[in-house]
Amino acid sequence: MSARLVDALKRLAPQLIALAVILALNAAVSRGFFDIQFQNGRLYGSLIDVLNRGAPVAILSIGMTLVIATRGIDLSVGAVMAICGAVGASLIAGGYSLPATLAATIGIGLICGLWNGALVALLDIQPIIATLILMVAGRGIAQLVTEGVILTFNDASFIFIGSGAALGLPMPVLIWVALGIVVALLVRSTALGLLIEAVGVNRRASSLAGVDSRSLLLAVYATSGLCAAVAGIIAAADIKGADANNAGLWLELDAILAVVIGGTSLLGGRFSIIGSLIGAMIIQSVNTGILLSGFPPEFNLIIKAAIIVVILVVQSPASRSLWTFVRPERRREPRQVERVAR
Amino acid sequence: MLQSSPVLQARGIEKSFLGVRALDRVDLTIRAGEVHALLGENGAGKSTLIKIITGAYRRDAGDILLDGEAIDPRDVKHAQALGIGTVYQEVNLLPNLSVAENLFLGRQPRRFGLVRTGEMHRRSRELLADYGLSIDVAAPLGSFSVAIRQIIAIARAVDLSGKVLVLDEPTASLDTAEVEMLFDVIRKLKSRGLGIVFITHFLDQVFRVADTVTVLRNGRLIDSRPVAGLTRRTVISLMLGRELAEEERRAGTAAEPDASADAAFRFTGYGRRGRIAPFDLSVGRGEVVGIAGLLGSGRTETAELLFGIEPADSGTAEIDGKPAALTSPRAAIAAGFGFCPEDRKVDGIVDDLSVRENIALALQARRGWAKPLSRREQVELADRYIKALDIRTASRETPIKFLSGGNQQKALLARWLATDPKLLILDEPTRGIDVGAHAEIIRLIETLRQDGMSLVVISSELEELVVYASRVAVLSDRVHVAELTGEDVTPDGILNAIAAAHGTASVEAA
Repeated sequence: MSARLVDALKRLAPQLIALAVILALNAAVSRGFFDIQFQNGRLYGSLIDVLNRGAPVAILSIGMTLVIATRGIDLSVGAVMAICGAVGASLIAGGYSLPATLAATIGIGLICGLWNGALVALLDIQPIIATLILMVAGRGIAQLVTEGVILTFNDASFIFIGSGAALGLPMPVLIWVALGIVVALLVRSTALGLLIEAVGVNRRASSLAGVDSRSLLLAVYATSGLCAAVAGIIAAADIKGADANNAGLWLELDAILAVVIGGTSLLGGRFSIIGSLIGAMIIQSVNTGILLSGFPPEFNLIIKAAIIVVILVVQSPASRSLWTFVRPERRREPRQVERVAR
Repeated sequence: MLQSSPVLQARGIEKSFLGVRALDRVDLTIRAGEVHALLGENGAGKSTLIKIITGAYRRDAGDILLDGEAIDPRDVKHAQALGIGTVYQEVNLLPNLSVAENLFLGRQPRRFGLVRTGEMHRRSRELLADYGLSIDVAAPLGSFSVAIRQIIAIARAVDLSGKVLVLDEPTASLDTAEVEMLFDVIRKLKSRGLGIVFITHFLDQVFRVADTVTVLRNGRLIDSRPVAGLTRRTVISLMLGRELAEEERRAGTAAEPDASADAAFRFTGYGRRGRIAPFDLSVGRGEVVGIAGLLGSGRTETAELLFGIEPADSGTAEIDGKPAALTSPRAAIAAGFGFCPEDRKVDGIVDDLSVRENIALALQARRGWAKPLSRREQVELADRYIKALDIRTASRETPIKFLSGGNQQKALLARWLATDPKLLILDEPTRGIDVGAHAEIIRLIETLRQDGMSLVVISSELEELVVYASRVAVLSDRVHVAELTGEDVTPDGILNAIAAAHGTASVEAA
């Protein structure tokens, strides 16, 4: 058992090292980065802020990991966040109870996910195109829900989801950690993980082996929709309103990046939800670090891109083979031989 | 004419992919002014050989001589410059450009850096006139039929290379008149002294245009002879397996299955429009039914129908006398079916996953996601079959893509055996695997049969088929034309049935 833990740590070593390096850089540019205070029954500090601010991307990356493991991609999650934020805000502002609002919002997220899943699994549309449809249409739908304005609300229980705290930690942190653990346990303690990986590597062969790849794809995209709904609720609760234009804007790209940094290949197959969560924290640490360092904000995106390029280059197979070339005695990877069907 | 000098010689060509030998010391001699048909089933090594000659693959060993001088084509362009041109089945020209632009792409006549369109059109017309083609060379290529495009592609290839022309299944998507047009072009080029390599699956066409036939099977050269004096039946027997190592012959005991065995699986009038004509097939318990026929005769289509991949639109299926609806692979698996496909890499293995996961996959899929096989169960399952079937792998955790073809095939068999199937459908179970694993798989089929499993085995290795099959269904042109039983189940019997079917087919076509 402990051997498998060591294996898991080994697999996640590049991500953990990258995170450590980024955090160290943050500490270098901002004194007291690692300081954590306990006030009013909750923890405060830059580190906690990273965990808290990174919640939407972390949550999106959970669903995105499963989608990418099936060799798919979900571009619509940012737009689905906006739809769900708008629905949640308008329901709670319209006087519905919190449980009813949450249930309806998550239901909408699931429907969005099933729509994507149906396009991919039943109509065999390429995932990037299938989810692009909702990515474009989603913001329009969100604007219709909010009727073009920023819908605000002041229901304390809803706002608590975004800015409250329990067990000393902000609610968003608890939510993403819990959701990550639940989904990771669900896929790894059942056969879902194996079946998802099999479909991602070779959908046809898996179907011929009896794997119900259609239902599996539907479920995976639905999960991604559900995650987007949760992220949308948190984003709306955080700003006490729904902004159809900006909620979740470009977050689909951060989520995809988190998955890739986390070590899951865009070609599908092997996946790691924990890796993706670490990836999300790496991205948030970069964001926070740039803000703390006091660089002019114009540089933010460029610096972020540069850091990510470095991380990806270090993780790339090409640089790994360079590494084994530098240390030839450790070359143990099986040789990748030309694979061409005769 | 036969004494004309060889323009292209390939000697002792070898090539392996992932440890699987695709070509084993193959020779090929093309003479100037001859049409040389290259024949063989899928996976025989035809395309690999052609790709080596035309520079698309690098050979592992062997020599290529052009006009007696050793050459080493680095890529397709280099081969073309040396004089070897290729035209593929799907013409790879640009349909949106004009005919003339396609002919002169990359070498347009120019003056002061500008393309001389008039000059290009004039030369295009001259070029195509040689082929008896008088068309508007300014029109986009896409506006012409496949046959015309094919000829334009040939004109370009010949103009660029000029010594050897390789035609890879040029007639596959042409109708009779178009084939005639293409053959005229081939004969014209032949008279101009080109060496022409012609790959096809249509035997009739071989007899109509080819001077020489070379047959490959399982990566080996079987024979190379002049067409004159060859019979259709001889060519078929060269293409399908006729030899079996002594080891393999002994593997099969010629035990007859119980004559009393009731048909456990009975398909009546089973068919699907556009795929395979309705047929009757029954398989008893402990019986192996063989399916034989040439490539494209409907062998794989039959297997896919039985397994529900392409569900039947006519007829009925009965299992132990009860009707069964085999509408999908899942339904077939639920009914106790298993299927090892012909194209292992595409339809069989999940290449990035481990041997353990590949073996567990079908059983896990049948149990459903909520009832996982524990890690320990998977390990036991994998270890049991790795041992029982002697699957050679570094470890059970090795990704299956690193195994040789024979061991991948055994792992796929293990995947189905783990589900304890009642009917196992094997499509070319011994194709492209080495001799040792070959014999083991034949022995395994025999053991499974003795254990009471029903099997349907498709194979182009006839000697092998008759070892384990008690009955053989013979297919031609997507019709089940004959079913051989008892004494008739011999390689000769099967060959006769296939040749007879082809004879009638060509009479009908005429």
